[in-house]
Amino acid sequence: MANQEELIPEALPLAQTPLYQLALELKARLTSFGGWEMPVQFVGISKEHQAVRTAAGMFDISHMGKFILRGKQLISQLQRLVPSDLNRLQPGQAQYTVLLNSQAGIIDDIIFYYQGEDAGEQRGVMIVNAATSSKDKAWILQNVDQEQAQLHDVSSEKVLIAVQGPQAAVTLQEFVQEDLSKIKAFGHLDAIVLGQPGFIARTGYTGEDGFEVMVDSDVGIELWRSLYDAGVIPCGLGARDTLRLEAAMALYGQDIDETTTPLEAGMGWLVHLETKEDFIGREVLAQQKARSVQRKLVGLCLQGRNIARHGYQVLSQGKVVGEITSGTLSPTLGYPVALAYVPTSLSQLGQQLDVEIRGKLYPAIIVKRPFYRSKTRLLT
Amino acid sequence: MALEYPSDLKYQDSHEYVRLDGEIATIGISAFAVDQLGDIVFLELPEIGDALTKGESFGTIESVKAVENLYAAISGTVIERNDAIVEAPEQLADDPYGEGWLLKVRINELSELDDTMSADEYQAQVEGE
Repeated sequence: MANQEELIPEALPLAQTPLYQLALELKARLTSFGGWEMPVQFVGISKEHQAVRTAAGMFDISHMGKFILRGKQLISQLQRLVPSDLNRLQPGQAQYTVLLNSQAGIIDDIIFYYQGEDAGEQRGVMIVNAATSSKDKAWILQNVDQEQAQLHDVSSEKVLIAVQGPQAAVTLQEFVQEDLSKIKAFGHLDAIVLGQPGFIARTGYTGEDGFEVMVDSDVGIELWRSLYDAGVIPCGLGARDTLRLEAAMALYGQDIDETTTPLEAGMGWLVHLETKEDFIGREVLAQQKARSVQRKLVGLCLQGRNIARHGYQVLSQGKVVGEITSGTLSPTLGYPVALAYVPTSLSQLGQQLDVEIRGKLYPAIIVKRPFYRSKTRLLT
Repeated sequence: MALEYPSDLKYQDSHEYVRLDGEIATIGISAFAVDQLGDIVFLELPEIGDALTKGESFGTIESVKAVENLYAAISGTVIERNDAIVEAPEQLADDPYGEGWLLKVRINELSELDDTMSADEYQAQVEGE
């Protein structure tokens, strides 16, 4: 095996969330992630993974960037930054989308929650990735008219807890005043959580039904304890990764980044060229749509138990044609799954390819994404 | 969970252990390493009759989180392989020093074990004492 130094996270000055002490109390194993010291697992990745698929698990995602957005022209200002048509959003609805650079490269993937108009001001919440938070903030401030749209970064003030799984709604309900069953998938509302104001969205990153709750730090600590006492299993980044990968959701910095466009990443459903005015990156996307993309992110499944990991080469007839971006042994399915960029000509479902794992070639086949679909997930 | 470091074993800094019985060595990996790796999903081990060379990789161990090479503490010939653990690698975590052994090897040169660590030395190293 490797030397110990490679197994133990480096001792760098890392940020900690308000729930850090609770993770220590539960003897979580910690890791560095995007500049944060985060739990990678509590009782074990497989058990945590199963808890989310069959009951309920919770994740501290307070490290993610949290922006409160307001302004007379908030929506029209944000429209320039994303390929999705935000005008479609009704108050209480959300859009998963991407911030793009001029080459249509993905600066970050985000969720924008539109809260509606209040006293002539449009209000919204944006949740972004932890490692990209300051980059995103600078990009937004640089590209919106700050008279028309203001950004308030509440990342360090608020706790964000994801409660995910078929039992998430019924368990979380106990601590929330509003009727959670009235929130549709991707819906959200301002809510009273443990008697205090908060924000709840029916979104997640696991492929299950579930909620993301944003509250002040002290309320978040109490909520985490209450959920734990109610039997919700604490989950770390390890299970978060295996869950999101089964659901074939992209991980920023691994499956998508500034060199990949949403059309290459198979996110065509969030690109609304027909109904949109100009936005940053539009030209490249329009060209890609007209001529079709050169490469695509596809889902692969392999036999046996060898995991195709990030950076491993993908081959076709002995020639390297692409690279694995993410891979794991799917705990639910029992076989290895992976995401990889391959040439469009080799991206059809059923296409046979090979993955090089430690010097040997293993057959892989392109399959439909997601690899796993929950039976209990709410339909939009 | 307090991790065990049986005192009758020899350890390497790359976390493999050796249990000596005459000229036969039983090879496995330490409880500390199993704990660090998390859920183990895959083991790749040599065949019976294959030769091991001290310091060289003889297989891989893969968890949900990571894949690591296994390194030989001694040179020798594989005389037995724990196929039960290859079939069910997740069970390695239950008993790494007993049922979770990996290989039995006929040793070429006993003195090759001179630079391995005692249980106390290994524990001090991995737990940073």
